[in-house]
Amino acid sequence: MSQQSTMPLQSTKPDAIPARVGVGLKPEHYDAILTERPDVGWFEVHAENYMGAGGPPHRYLTAIREQYPLSLHGVGLSIGAARPLDRDHLKRLKALNERYQPGLFSEHLAWSTHDSVFFSDLLPLPYDEESVRRVADHVDEVQDTVGRRMLLENPSTYVAFAESTIGEIEFLTEVATRTGCGLLLDVNNVHVSCTNQRWNAIDYLDRFPMQHVGEIHMAGYAPSKDDHGDPLLIDAHDRPADPVVVELYDHALSRCGPIPTLVEWDNDVPDWPTLFAEARRVESVLTRARRDEDAELAVAV
Amino acid sequence: MLNLQSLSEIQAEFAEALRNPAAAIPAGIVGPDGGPAPKRFSIYRNNVLVALGNSLAGAFPAVKRIVGEDFFKVMARTYVLESPPTSPVLMDYGKTFPAFIARFEPASSLPYLADVARIERQWRESYHAADAVPLPSTALAEVPEAELADVTFRLHPSLRLSKSSFPAVTIWRMNASDVPTSAVDFAIGEDALIVRPDAEVEVRVVPPGGTAFVEALASGESLGSAAALGQSSDERFDLGGNIAGLIGAGAFVEIRRGLEQVPQ
Ligand SMILES: [Fe+2]
Repeated sequence: MSQQSTMPLQSTKPDAIPARVGVGLKPEHYDAILTERPDVGWFEVHAENYMGAGGPPHRYLTAIREQYPLSLHGVGLSIGAARPLDRDHLKRLKALNERYQPGLFSEHLAWSTHDSVFFSDLLPLPYDEESVRRVADHVDEVQDTVGRRMLLENPSTYVAFAESTIGEIEFLTEVATRTGCGLLLDVNNVHVSCTNQRWNAIDYLDRFPMQHVGEIHMAGYAPSKDDHGDPLLIDAHDRPADPVVVELYDHALSRCGPIPTLVEWDNDVPDWPTLFAEARRVESVLTRARRDEDAELAVAV
Repeated sequence: MLNLQSLSEIQAEFAEALRNPAAAIPAGIVGPDGGPAPKRFSIYRNNVLVALGNSLAGAFPAVKRIVGEDFFKVMARTYVLESPPTSPVLMDYGKTFPAFIARFEPASSLPYLADVARIERQWRESYHAADAVPLPSTALAEVPEAELADVTFRLHPSLRLSKSSFPAVTIWRMNASDVPTSAVDFAIGEDALIVRPDAEVEVRVVPPGGTAFVEALASGESLGSAAALGQSSDERFDLGGNIAGLIGAGAFVEIRRGLEQVPQ
């Protein structure tokens, strides 16, 4: 590590995240990234991994933030909880936003804490008027406290609730409309949830409110079986995106145009060249979508 | 279907079923056919145990290497069910894991295991502690000899101590890195001094009496009275050796002389 990387960040305004492919930042790759300066559009970090007072994580992130735009992705705020948000955790998120000035800031449509126990998993919630109101109130509170717009991510789910009275897309649309928040479209989550809930993924994407989407996630899933021996997919983030998910991504881009896209690979993390190759593969789809859009614009002119 | 349960009630039931493997799966949890789906629900139970177990495995790699992957998994799951995290900041999770290991019956044949876990826990705290620039090795030489006994120190925020009546540092080192295994004298107790003066966490064996000495300095005792405490805790206590060792380790960030403070 160079001495200057321990200095506070010079820039005071967020660098916008370009409509390119970014990569989820893992400690295993800090050194490779700083020495090779790979041509990656941006990086995303899990906010909770940078909530210590000091030490190497902050040094590395500061050094990488000086070279690349950054997106901050929370995994522990429990926005879907019936109980009030953890004020201390909100303060930590606000402090990280101020320190690193990320171009995007996102969290999940899920809950993970109950009675102060943190489950470290993104748990599902029933979709009805009460939960819409609860989530919208929490998103308002996050945006007011942190002082910026957030993106809310569609979940991977394995079960449904008999109590649900509205669909997932109606739910997300309603929260975005009420709060002004954006949406994070995780295309792997779309495939996982649509398979698990027996919905049609193309139909899901065709009905998704693309005008609110500020970021896309791509990841790999693990195949499994449900109670009847039928296919059930697990949101595992432990391998490249499945070809079916890449096709869905292509379809999503045809509706929303080029959008910042993250390659998430959180378990069985590969070496940097493998992860970089996955980013290039996804970027080739994004580049094609951008060319198509440019061509359409040219025709329109 | 009538909506009888509030969101809070649904989540309370869901959470109880996650925490207690014997608890019934909430009635409203269904598959796409609207029927019960215990296998689907068990994915969440499994995810919780795997995620938190992996978090402990990442924080206690030497303990895992000593007991092996399968034993560690069982021990971690038992701990997770008994003491789940109370914060989403998982770098803080596992503070009580060493004490749990000390009373975890299946591990009782490895009496030093809890002390190795203590070193790993303190290592993690040191890694994430606030940064500070240690005093240079010449700093103490600038204090007039007559004032030496009265000076106090501000210790590095990353400094931690870990006591053991076993050779815990040697055992930790053999299992935390690929240093060759050698014969270990189990009669020798090793206390650890853990500090991160810059980017790297460093672990040292504390010399005799050194733990009482550093604890006294940390609580604000003067050099003179801390030395007396070190001496009374172990007659082999060597003041000069301890101070040189601490300065070399980067343990001090500030010397305070009386009311006036000497900037480094
Ligand atoms: Fe995602």
